[in-house]
Amino acid sequence: MSKLEMQATRDFYGKTLAELGRENKNIVVLDADLSGSTKTSVFAKEFPDRFFNLGIAEANMMGFAAGLALSGKVVFASSFAMFAVLRPFEQIRNSIAAQNLNVKIAATHAGISVGEDGLSHQTVEDIAILRAIPNMHIYVPADSVSAGRIVREAVAVKGPVYIRLSRPKSPVIYDDSYHFEDGKANIIKEANKADVALIAIGMMVPEAIEASKLLEAQGLSTLVADFASVKPIDHDALIRIAKSSRLVVTVEEHSIIGGLGGAVSEVLSEEYPTRVFRIGMMDAFGESGTPAGLFKHFGLTAEDIYRKVLKAVK
Amino acid sequence: MNPKKRAFLEVRVNKLRRDIVLMLSESSSGHPGGSLSAIDVIAYLFFEVMKFDSANPYWEERDRFILSKGHAAPALYAVLAAVNFFPKKLLKTLRKLGSPLQGHPDSRKLPGLDSSTGSLGQGLSIAGGIALAGKMDKKDYSVFVLAGDGEIQEGQIWEAAMAIPHFELDNVCLFVDNNELQIDGLVSDVMSVYPIAEKFASFNWNTMEINGHKFDEIEKAVEFFVSNRGSKKPTVIISHTIKGKCVSFMENKCEWHGAAPTKDEAIKAIEELGCVESLENWLEEK
Ligand SMILES: Cc1ncc(C[n+]2csc(CCOP(=O)(O)OP(=O)(O)O)c2C)c(N)n1
Ligand SMILES: [Mg+2]
Repeated sequence: MSKLEMQATRDFYGKTLAELGRENKNIVVLDADLSGSTKTSVFAKEFPDRFFNLGIAEANMMGFAAGLALSGKVVFASSFAMFAVLRPFEQIRNSIAAQNLNVKIAATHAGISVGEDGLSHQTVEDIAILRAIPNMHIYVPADSVSAGRIVREAVAVKGPVYIRLSRPKSPVIYDDSYHFEDGKANIIKEANKADVALIAIGMMVPEAIEASKLLEAQGLSTLVADFASVKPIDHDALIRIAKSSRLVVTVEEHSIIGGLGGAVSEVLSEEYPTRVFRIGMMDAFGESGTPAGLFKHFGLTAEDIYRKVLKAVK
Repeated sequence: MNPKKRAFLEVRVNKLRRDIVLMLSESSSGHPGGSLSAIDVIAYLFFEVMKFDSANPYWEERDRFILSKGHAAPALYAVLAAVNFFPKKLLKTLRKLGSPLQGHPDSRKLPGLDSSTGSLGQGLSIAGGIALAGKMDKKDYSVFVLAGDGEIQEGQIWEAAMAIPHFELDNVCLFVDNNELQIDGLVSDVMSVYPIAEKFASFNWNTMEINGHKFDEIEKAVEFFVSNRGSKKPTVIISHTIKGKCVSFMENKCEWHGAAPTKDEAIKAIEELGCVESLENWLEEK
């Protein structure tokens, strides 16, 4: 993977936000004392009159976001995913989603790739809980290119959107031709008849691409799909994949409970009963370590995916 | 305070500052600013005030300490090692995979931690629960809490600030580490929390303001708290401090909130602290 350029999705959030700020005077950005890390500082610098720091008070920030949206603003509210989702969860549900408000929760530092800060800062439950809220759209960009497109799409979509971003730099897998659409999967590698279909999101997409190469080297045909739109999820693509694959595998930097694995299992068990093999955080908390060390420790590297799938597909 | 005792404390805490700097440089990540602002208070409490038994860390009568601003973990770890809760050589494992010294305190992994913390705003409520249990069980332990001045922007702090006097928990002593900075700038610019003492006073707390780097004043604050046990009111100490205290290039700089010093910067820092002779063997030293 060494040849691909490395970029952080959060950097492209900041950059795209500033572009959107120029195009749309209605966009207001909120942060909770982490603007340097979430990159809303890029917007704040250019549009100080449309940026508000609420301090370390995330529940209040979501309430302000609701009020601003009720008054016609398009609001981006940012913090680390732990503090942007889990802390003010009920405010998101009752003040924002229940009124279908135009609040875009763009959270960085999701998952275990937060690294050294440890479990108090590593949320692997955010997708699961947000998925249960009506009206909520959930997007997980796989690289910096898709992060930029997704931030744009979030403005085009009416209602609450959650954008899950990461702290570290990760491989850039897409080029300018990349297209994102709400509720649509992106098939990265097609296969007419696949032994293994790898369905991944976020930083696990480049890992899945590498894993597929390892599996192909063992003579297994693979399909790789990026399901960046976790909610709404692409039912048609899922059923088509299930029909043409021997084993469906989900890969996410999130709990195997309720996230991508949960969403895929729900759709397939009802609409096309299929075995789904889930790779992710196995009902465990994270801990301190380097992002790479943690991916290894929790079995989320391409090598781990390859080994687990090889065992499961037998 | 007896000048000899003060001088002794100063030497001892200076070494803890050295430990903080070296431990962070070793881990290449973490929070020096808020660790260096809080170390004098934390060290004074463990060295001079709290009753505990490091050989029996879960002794029920012990005084409790909750580091509500969990990112200052290096300060607490340095103190806990100094009072023998665990071997000092563990300090160099800070934030590494498998270490009991997690980036933020994890009570399941390290003895001497009375609660996990790391998500700001939760420690004072937890302390309230521990203090309430102490009253229920007729135990006379005290519960000390250290919170950041940015941290008290969290609404939960004020829910706890209401509940603790409501339940007459005069066994709670909160220190607010008033270093005037948070991540995005001055607390007064980002989201003012001032006036702090008046807010707590109106919530029915005993209040006192001190210089949190002067042991004489920290001692007076603790005496004030002890004299208020029985008043049915908790005590808050507004502890005026300097973020990054004693490392000139870190003092009063937001940039040093969450950035670890490089090896060279660490050497520069410990030269300033006057402990350079111990760079090689700091982990062996008693
Ligand atoms: C609920 C929550 N929101 C955000 C953070 C990220 N964060 C860590 S430290 C910090 C600033 C803390 O400022 P302050 O309380 O003044 O601490 P100090 O200056 O003593 O370091 C922030 C926003 C967090 N840990 N928890
Ligand atoms: Mg502060």
